[in-house]
Amino acid sequence: MSLLPFCEWLASTSGSIALHESLYMYPLVESVHVLTLCVFVGMSVMLDVRLLGIALRKVPVAEVTDRLVPWMLAGFVVMFISGLLLFYAIPVRSYQNIFFRMKVIALVLAGANAWVFHSGVHKKVHEWGIGRTPPRKARLAGGISLFLWAFIIVCGRMIAYNWFDCDMNPGPTLRLLTGCVGKEVAGGEK
Amino acid sequence: MVFSFFQWVESTRMHEAISSSSWAFAVIESVHLLALSVIGGAVLMLDLRFLGMGLRRQSIQDVAREAHPWLVASLIVMLVTGVALFVSEPTKCYYSIPFWWKMTSLALAIVFTFTVRRKVAMADELSMRPIWHRLTAVVSLLLWFGVGSGGRWIGFSG
Repeated sequence: MSLLPFCEWLASTSGSIALHESLYMYPLVESVHVLTLCVFVGMSVMLDVRLLGIALRKVPVAEVTDRLVPWMLAGFVVMFISGLLLFYAIPVRSYQNIFFRMKVIALVLAGANAWVFHSGVHKKVHEWGIGRTPPRKARLAGGISLFLWAFIIVCGRMIAYNWFDCDMNPGPTLRLLTGCVGKEVAGGEK
Repeated sequence: MVFSFFQWVESTRMHEAISSSSWAFAVIESVHLLALSVIGGAVLMLDLRFLGMGLRRQSIQDVAREAHPWLVASLIVMLVTGVALFVSEPTKCYYSIPFWWKMTSLALAIVFTFTVRRKVAMADELSMRPIWHRLTAVVSLLLWFGVGSGGRWIGFSG
């Protein structure tokens, strides 16, 4: 099943066209998306380095999660909505962009990692959270999170580049991975 | 004077190397963004604490001590990658209003962070009225927001 027809339909809606062609709205949404990195990923990094036992070692992990996770969630909501809007502005090209696809996969993995942490080892945070170096499972969750979010940021930045776009005539493997079909007419990028 | 310096930068080998590569700019900018998220976390953690939010069960001094190395390290990465990005297109920067906006905010932000903000953070918390903590946080957030918004806008102009 391909989501291409859906993306094509999305691209034909007036809202998508308006956002794509707007002089200020698109840059504004993108700025919000990028600057919210500081809130969401910034706070995540602090939590992750605490889980790794590198920083905030005197602060109980439960306090870090209690006090910083609300900020992370707020930042995430803003990033997610602004990200959806960026996709909405350029659906077909994004859908067939290799970096966009890698980013989406990494996002799902990051979500799974967070879920495993919160429903697993974090349930007993009051037993281990005061220790300077958290147990292995918690350190692993922190390390995976750091890696995935760094990967997501880099992929996100690279979406802007058209090196592997369908209209650049990529090789057969890339055509398969990016879902290119027939002769492509890629949407422009700002 | 400034313009001729920028023109000289454009004649350097480093400029040639970065701007003729199809991927160097993208890679440098990605590292710049990675460091942005770290510096954002380090700045926010202390500014939120100044505002009575975030890790408020910790003393301001403790939060400042924890955040400081991350702030300094990420700032160094941002400056190094930022210089490289500048070297790749100096004359474009010269004519870019957001570039000058960013550089002004950056100079002010750095001076403020390492003088006033650092002093306020390390002073005896109880000897200072909370309004000064809040004011410090607001000024810091505004200055760094100026840096970030200017930085993003360089890419849209020209």
